[in-house]
Amino acid sequence: MENPSDRKYTNEHEWCKPEGNHVVVGITDYAQHSLTDIVFIELPKIGQKLEKGKPMCSVESVKSVSDVFAPVSGEVVEVNPEVEKSPELLNRDPFGKGWIAKLKIDSIEELESLMDSKQYTAFTEGKEKKE
Amino acid sequence: MALILFLPIRSMPQKTGLFDQHKSMNAKIIDFYSWQLPLYYSTPLKEHNAVRQACGLFDTGHMGEIQVEGRDAEKLLQLLLIRDISGMKPGQMKLGVMCNAQGGILDDLTVYKFSEEKFWVVVNSAPYERDFGWVQGNARSFEVRVSGLREQTSKLDLQGPKSGLVLERLGADLNELKYYTFSQAEINGIECIASRSGYTGEKGFELYFMGDKAPEMWNAILEAGAEFGIEPCGLASRDTLRLEAAMMLYGQDIDEKHSVLECPYEMLVAWEKQFIGKEALERQRESNIDKKLVGFQLLDRGIARHGHKLLDNGKEIGVVTTGNFSPTLKKSIGLGYIGVEFSKPGSEFEIDIRGKKARAKAVEMPFYRR
Repeated sequence: MENPSDRKYTNEHEWCKPEGNHVVVGITDYAQHSLTDIVFIELPKIGQKLEKGKPMCSVESVKSVSDVFAPVSGEVVEVNPEVEKSPELLNRDPFGKGWIAKLKIDSIEELESLMDSKQYTAFTEGKEKKE
Repeated sequence: MALILFLPIRSMPQKTGLFDQHKSMNAKIIDFYSWQLPLYYSTPLKEHNAVRQACGLFDTGHMGEIQVEGRDAEKLLQLLLIRDISGMKPGQMKLGVMCNAQGGILDDLTVYKFSEEKFWVVVNSAPYERDFGWVQGNARSFEVRVSGLREQTSKLDLQGPKSGLVLERLGADLNELKYYTFSQAEINGIECIASRSGYTGEKGFELYFMGDKAPEMWNAILEAGAEFGIEPCGLASRDTLRLEAAMMLYGQDIDEKHSVLECPYEMLVAWEKQFIGKEALERQRESNIDKKLVGFQLLDRGIARHGHKLLDNGKEIGVVTTGNFSPTLKKSIGLGYIGVEFSKPGSEFEIDIRGKKARAKAVEMPFYRR
């Protein structure tokens, strides 16, 4: 699956996509693939203040528990109730229906400092080679 | 002064005869008690569902076969096993448990009776060397020969409702083989011992054959199984499958530190015969066992994991040994030790899941029955 060019990426494999005054946050295809089948997600709470790089929620597959880190600082304004009901959306459509939360962000600079799709693709390809 | 070096028994990672197959199929490989084994090939859920609905093939070459032969073979096993095996017929197998003198569990295993003077004991991979030493060490005053067969034996588990059909395609009709019996068979022209048994709670077979035939057998079964929807399966699905069937994992749910009286194997204890650990177990039975291994189901959202604490009004009353999401039942389930007063099905308690409390209740085992 290609990494869409309309958003930014972290080296922890989260993406964030500007949408109006907010950003939408999710995990990448690379992340869902290495987590394998996701069977549970603990969503962040609406109104929760997130700090860039700190855990914002956790996802669990049958084999592991992983934290999802906030790609940028901000406040949670909306969460995706669909992924709570059907966590497999995170595997099936990580860049679309599998979005996790919408944030009101603190600074545009934080967003701009993240990787673009080309940089992120190169980053994950480098990782695969090492493995 | 003698210098004693304590070297780890195994410093080298161990591989089964199928390691190259796993690699070439792009399996995710992990270290399982020093064995390099596949965790999954496609995804854990796909493999799990294949076993419940069609069939799946597991490389179980890391498990250990110990052969006990000779006039006193049964006598020795009667001493080593908590269970009475005196009534077994050739071609029959039984689940068994070996305890140490303190009643702690050394291993859970299956016993295969070939004849009055020949048995196999099939044990877990991690304690294999210790088990072998234990059997051999206790055999001194008996007329038996104990041999470890793991190096030369390959083992595959073919599990799932379609597994009999796959073997039929390979020239072996084992559909009439009864649960927990075994026979000689020729599968794809390879001499095997096939038993109707497994670690998934599904209909299936465990196959033993000469080690060098492993790649040939692996490929033949996957090819013959293709039309039935077979999947090669790794340890991740093996773990969710066995949990649904409430089968314990040695080293995780049971071990030397736990008495056999604390877990469901309690019902195997043959109190009327002599065996190693009996005196200790008799004392424990009188002084009362204070915890039990139970199956539980979460009532709140969340997944309990090994090591999470069980609580009653904030007071610690037990610990989770295995916990996961059940793909078949779509529920969050687990096993754990809990104070006996909470061990009855229906009793409710809380689980501390990384700081968050989730309600759970004890339920009947197994969670899944085919």
